Amino acid sequence: MPNVSMTVNGKAVSAEVEPRTLLVQFLREKLSLTGTHVGCDTSQCGACVVHVDGKSVKACTTLALQHEGADVTTIEGLAQNGELHPMQAAFKEHHGLQCGFCTPGMVMSAIDLVNTHPNPDEQTIREGLEGNICRCTGYQNIVKAVKAASDNMGG
Amino acid sequence: MSSETGIGASVRRKEDKRFLTGKGRYLDDINRPGQAYGVFLRSPHAFAKIKSIDIAEASKAPGVVAIYTGSDLADDGVGGLICGWGITSKDGEPHKAPAHPAIAVDTVRHVGDQVAFVIADSVAQAKDAAELIEVDYDELTPVVSGADALASGAAQVHDDVPGNLCYDWELGDEAAVDAAFSSAAHVTKLDIYNNRLVPNAMEPRAAIGDFDAGTDEIILYTTSQNPHVARLVLSAFVGIAPEHKLRVIAPDVGGGFGSKIFIYAEETVCAWAARKINRAVKWTAERSESFLTDAHGRDHHTTAELAMDANGKFLGLRVNTIANMGAYLSTFATSVPSYLYATLLAGQYTTPAIYANVKAVFTNTAPVDAYRGAGRPEATYVIERIVERAARDLGMSPVELRKRNFIAPDAYPYETPVIMTYDSGNYPLNMDTALKLIDYDGYAARKADSESRGKKRGIGFSSFIEACGIAPSAAVGSLGAGVGLWESAQVRFNPTGSVTVFTGSHSHGQGHETTFAQLITEHLGVPIENVEISHGDTGKVPFGMGTYGSRSLAVGGSAIMRAVDKIVEKGKKVAAHLMEASVEDIEHAHGVFKVAGTDKQVTMAEVAFAAYVPHNYPPDLEPGMDETAFYDPTNFTFPAGTHIAEVEIDPDTGVVEVLDWAASDDFGNVINPMIVEGQIHGGVAQGIGQALLENAVYDTETGQLLSGSYMDYTMPRADDFPSLKIETTNTPCPGNPLGVKGCGEAGAIAAPAALMNAITDALGVEIDMPATREKVWHAAQSVQQAAE
Repeated sequence: MPNVSMTVNGKAVSAEVEPRTLLVQFLREKLSLTGTHVGCDTSQCGACVVHVDGKSVKACTTLALQHEGADVTTIEGLAQNGELHPMQAAFKEHHGLQCGFCTPGMVMSAIDLVNTHPNPDEQTIREGLEGNICRCTGYQNIVKAVKAASDNMGG
Repeated sequence: MSSETGIGASVRRKEDKRFLTGKGRYLDDINRPGQAYGVFLRSPHAFAKIKSIDIAEASKAPGVVAIYTGSDLADDGVGGLICGWGITSKDGEPHKAPAHPAIAVDTVRHVGDQVAFVIADSVAQAKDAAELIEVDYDELTPVVSGADALASGAAQVHDDVPGNLCYDWELGDEAAVDAAFSSAAHVTKLDIYNNRLVPNAMEPRAAIGDFDAGTDEIILYTTSQNPHVARLVLSAFVGIAPEHKLRVIAPDVGGGFGSKIFIYAEETVCAWAARKINRAVKWTAERSESFLTDAHGRDHHTTAELAMDANGKFLGLRVNTIANMGAYLSTFATSVPSYLYATLLAGQYTTPAIYANVKAVFTNTAPVDAYRGAGRPEATYVIERIVERAARDLGMSPVELRKRNFIAPDAYPYETPVIMTYDSGNYPLNMDTALKLIDYDGYAARKADSESRGKKRGIGFSSFIEACGIAPSAAVGSLGAGVGLWESAQVRFNPTGSVTVFTGSHSHGQGHETTFAQLITEHLGVPIENVEISHGDTGKVPFGMGTYGSRSLAVGGSAIMRAVDKIVEKGKKVAAHLMEASVEDIEHAHGVFKVAGTDKQVTMAEVAFAAYVPHNYPPDLEPGMDETAFYDPTNFTFPAGTHIAEVEIDPDTGVVEVLDWAASDDFGNVINPMIVEGQIHGGVAQGIGQALLENAVYDTETGQLLSGSYMDYTMPRADDFPSLKIETTNTPCPGNPLGVKGCGEAGAIAAPAALMNAITDALGVEIDMPATREKVWHAAQSVQQAAE
């Protein structure tokens, strides 16, 4: 089996994987980083979004082997020294999550959205989250949270 | 006291930290030592006889541990899945309950029906092996639509259910309704289809069966809204294990919406197989399996007729519905189009005579059961569509017509002609509040503006009612339920004054860990960070009935209050002893026990410590501070409100833009307004999804599910909605100690009718859900052509 090495949440990791191993399987099964979820099989729901070299990527749609040497951040890598990332804090403050299953992917997508579009308006946020499905919240409080976080992310 | 964390405060959720940091523990995040993986081979056909199954090649594939078929379960004495609610047809016969094997034995009856269970060392190996199983099918012509199932010559889904008729049930006084129609000045009639939906909780269903050969205990981890009910059914009816040797754990569950109430084939097989192979076995659904096998929702064909006098007063309502049950009866399927539906057909109105006839039928489709609202959205949809249609027929304002027929705020308790007794409400107030929120006075000008731009604007109303807080055990028992619908709670003080509450309710997004903690903080003065809510494990929690029907706060919360009362009662005895006073003189408020008329007091924490370190303790009192209570409600609760939708349609493209949404809801007292608003947002989004986007479509000839993935089934996304305008009104529920009614389903109940009334108002013709762009475009074009 081939070997893959990458940096995940600031830590160097290396493992043998079957070539067909998806990035999300590598994270969940090899590294026990189960915060990244699988909600569909057609790359639609976005529960698996992580950052690869700072950009949001659906981890169910890409092979682990494609990311040799990459810098990967998952939901587990956002909080620093026990302090929530502004986006995580805003989701809590504005009740942007209910069952929590879509939340990791939603938060990762939202951070990339704000990085790409500082100070987004409501429509930009709603369109920017098109690739993430939430069944619980009706999105209203997610939109509110992203707006609030963008104010705190120095955008 | 405790205004920032007690009742009425928008306390930020205690559960959020773990979900936001990736530390939630959903089922697929759990792994058991030595665990194997299971994959189901599923039927590619909607209806076929199984002539033979050859597993020889597959059994030799790498990593395969075992392969089981339906005959293996039958040989082991494993029973079929059950439906737990008996319905009696109008001829006195019980509903037809055909066999529902967890793995098909000789016939498959819907696409996705289980054919074999392959267990291997990895998922990939199990999948590879499943492809090597050879099944010889003899294909049959399926029946798909509920409306077609009763036709002579339709395929017979079960040999022992003639004509595919599960039951032919009625409610109400048919003669009184006939009399009302014969004296009516006006009759409005409407045919409507309530489209079939796929629930689509974001966490797919999953299960791990685990077996401890030392204790003979099976531990089933499952995505359940009601783990004790799963244990009861799997033990008493399916025969997996005795109840005391079966532990069911529902950890963090990623959404349910009803679809995780039911006891499914997959968890049944995992629990059984774990003992067979003496090893843990895990199954996780892929989304395509969720589409094929999660119990679907709705799917009603209905004809409704409303009789009115010359002033628009409702005289009678006649409703005929065909409800599609799918291929087998899911756990509570029979109750949804009967007692959860027809009993709500009075809506918010004084209609004196109502008659409903419901025919439940089998088809070669996935089973249909409760989905957010369960019967009550179907009822509200019928009533609110036909009331709006009636207003148009009469040339009357839909607001005025509703107000003319609303039950008056001073009429409670109000007995409807369909066996419900509404306990409280103020329907005109909700209507007026919603009208203000949407700026109804300015609507004519906004409509003119749309028309000046070549657009069609519409406004639609939905004054909904639901029966929640499910439910008084004696009442549901008399209506056929196989279970009681009480709830349990245990309030356990620890010696240092912190509290663990064990609840039979189950949280899968509703925020119980926060709302229930607020009850303890408010009433016992315990800081909210010192309250832990434990749920979802039959090994920890007293037997409980779980979460559905907007019941958790009204029933589960009330059980907590009963346990709190017991804690206070015991605490008073301890406090009296500690302060050398008589029990009768002890007053309690918010966790402080006082001797009446003095400044002597002890806190709840001091009392709890004394109860566990009873060095100075009443001689006739048990140590410990740990009380359990069970609460059986005295009535349903009746949340109600008015939602108003405003839309703009582009007749050239068929695009419907939802411009504005106003919701005024009465949920009784509110414990956490932030969480309640979130529930409304989510419910309305699902309702808008049903009206505009979502549709489970089966090919009528082959029975294939055409909308079987997120590529084909349109899930609502962030840019499909406006921000909603929400207010709550409050007529406290007189039936429970908290005065609460429940808020979980309201949005999904109210929204479809409001949106479809707005769309049909704009178009000037009736169309069915979902109002897709194509359908709306055709309707707009037909109206335009008719005008030309």
